[in-house]
Amino acid sequence: MDSPLLPHGVKRCSTWAFFFWTLPWLALLAWGGLSAFLCLWKGLNQTNMSNVFAFALWIVFDLAVIALGAGAFFTGFLTYIMGQKELKNIIKPAVIIGFICYSGAMAMLGIDIGQPIRGWFIFWHANIHSMLVEVSFCITCYLMVLAIEFIPIILENRKLEEIKELRIFGHSLHEIMAVFAATGTFLSFFHQGSLGGMFGVMYARPFAAREGFYIWPWTFFLFVLSAIACGPCFTILCTKLTEFFSRKKLVPDSAIQLLAKISAWLLSLYMVLKIADYLGWMYGIIPRSGLTFESFFREGPYGVYLVVCEIIVCGILPAIILMVPKGRQNQGWLIIACLLNCTGIVLNRFLFIVVTLAIPVMPFDRFWGYLPTWQEWGIGFAVIGYGFLLFSAAYRYLPIFPKERELNPITE
Amino acid sequence: MKKGNDHGKHKYGMVIDIDKCTGCGTCMVACAAENNVSVRADQSDKERTITWMRLYKISNGKEFPHTEVSYFPRPCMHCDHHPPCVSVCVATATKLDFNTGIVSQIYTRCIGCRYCQAACPYGARYFNWWDAFPQDKGMDRYLTPEVSPRMRGVVEKCTFCHHRLMRAKTLAYAEDRRELEEGEYVTACTEACPAQAITFGDLNNPEHEVSKLIKHPFTFRLLERIGTEPKVYYHSSRDWVRKLGDNFLPGEYTPVVNKTWAEEEWSTKPGRDEF
Ligand code: SF4
Ligand code: SF4
Repeated sequence: MDSPLLPHGVKRCSTWAFFFWTLPWLALLAWGGLSAFLCLWKGLNQTNMSNVFAFALWIVFDLAVIALGAGAFFTGFLTYIMGQKELKNIIKPAVIIGFICYSGAMAMLGIDIGQPIRGWFIFWHANIHSMLVEVSFCITCYLMVLAIEFIPIILENRKLEEIKELRIFGHSLHEIMAVFAATGTFLSFFHQGSLGGMFGVMYARPFAAREGFYIWPWTFFLFVLSAIACGPCFTILCTKLTEFFSRKKLVPDSAIQLLAKISAWLLSLYMVLKIADYLGWMYGIIPRSGLTFESFFREGPYGVYLVVCEIIVCGILPAIILMVPKGRQNQGWLIIACLLNCTGIVLNRFLFIVVTLAIPVMPFDRFWGYLPTWQEWGIGFAVIGYGFLLFSAAYRYLPIFPKERELNPITE
Repeated sequence: MKKGNDHGKHKYGMVIDIDKCTGCGTCMVACAAENNVSVRADQSDKERTITWMRLYKISNGKEFPHTEVSYFPRPCMHCDHHPPCVSVCVATATKLDFNTGIVSQIYTRCIGCRYCQAACPYGARYFNWWDAFPQDKGMDRYLTPEVSPRMRGVVEKCTFCHHRLMRAKTLAYAEDRRELEEGEYVTACTEACPAQAITFGDLNNPEHEVSKLIKHPFTFRLLERIGTEPKVYYHSSRDWVRKLGDNFLPGEYTPVVNKTWAEEEWSTKPGRDEF
């Protein structure tokens, strides 16, 4: 039915099959839409956030998708600036994933603030000392960059390509992609960092507070590093998922292996620095505040097992698997390692957000726990639904995998 | 930083005598009524109710008959120099006034991102989860005209009854005075406390009672070690109370023992309370 829109020389499922495929994701979007409506209409009392958990599920989701979406800027940086031509095979899906993650995060933030119509105050009354201002500025600009990077990909659609002006426009954009890749890298470095800085600067919360370099707490650098360590893994996961559902090979192994190898090195470096950071904090900030590491996990649902998981199971383990060539060349191990790596980074964000707030600072206060409401889950899952929809539509209608035709010749 | 109409730099602060506090909660009620704090029919969800002034019950944790109980009334500490909540605010909606030491909050500018709440270790900041104050049933007639009610979706906190400072200043200017006398500006909780446990005044003015009280060895602040520099001080003769004011590693806390009260001599040797 929609065959004139499909890319040349590739096989796609029938329109009906595609329609049924979109239904579950549309359902998630509907759930999210209802939740968003309730939150905007009735207020944030629809959530289980509280004066204790001022930040909760949504901020965890935001930070998680922004970290995972780092694959976009980092792959762009490697492709256009470091000249890793091999990665041209995966740059387009990486950009689309980045766009999905960032636009999803922005939409969630719009609902998360108590006064969404005052959102522009961040720019108008900007407090330049606030890390969150830096985050907002850079994310907004970077989303625009991502949109610009997305445009030439959209213009490659078969029907749109037929229009001469659009084709020329798309190609000229392609030519200057390096400029946008560089801008994106610059912006991403700062907002990924500031997202970490946000927590490191909370000097009155010893669980999150960190020392640092000049105005930047160590979390600033650790967040950048962890984002570029897990971003490529998330890009690999999304590609593998597409390959699984479309039942064909889409990206040559060399590109995947290159990303995995880069991820391995970055993750290893991150683990070394993260462990150093933990130790510095355990022997510096914590005793100086009159506390011990154990005192943070004395009560409540969030135990020390979270830290063990973050460092060992979801940090050191995937770093080893990805580092060993035999490990990353094995499909199963590669996917497990990527999954663990991404989980580890999400766990890290969870610790900085939810666990920081659950731990009382005043000695006579109590530990707290938090469970999200269905409205909170709804908005979180809607971002996932949106991601699946946009990505599958992009896969269906745009030639986002340049090697697809070569790897899957149509025989008849 | 000096304004033309304000001579000298003030630093308003408060000393709360824990030994006098009976935990009656009058300060909480007075504060809420004075500052138009929103209420709901069901106030049982304590994670989401608004209590600018909040009483924390503390205990020495000992078995009967050695159990002792006390209360920490906790307003905003009006942290000095670099309050954790101020530098983080995205929209410059909260500010430390260097002329008064008061940490203010601009409700109409707050976007409700709640970063400041996350940054405050005292839990002194409250978000408006629901629409403001019940407007029906004529309850709006009980509002204080000098204090603006807050809309849904913004953060609010203790202001040291800033409007009372404005009122006192207006009065003084009308009488052609440029300086306030001690006691002309006090907060609602100070005024309401039946046990007179709260003393309020200018910490920078050596004549004011508060600036004398804060020099007393029994006076301490909450979480002094993390460097927030609160302008709210507490006073207690009991070591276990003072020890609960901050986090200490074993052996770090040195009890203050008044051995010869008559001679006003202070010693740090272990005495009545042992730890
Ligand atoms: S007590 Fe909390 S709200 Fe008050 S000034 Fe300090 S950090 Fe800010
Ligand atoms: S909630 Fe309001 S006062 Fe607090 S940081 Fe956000 S904008 Fe500033």
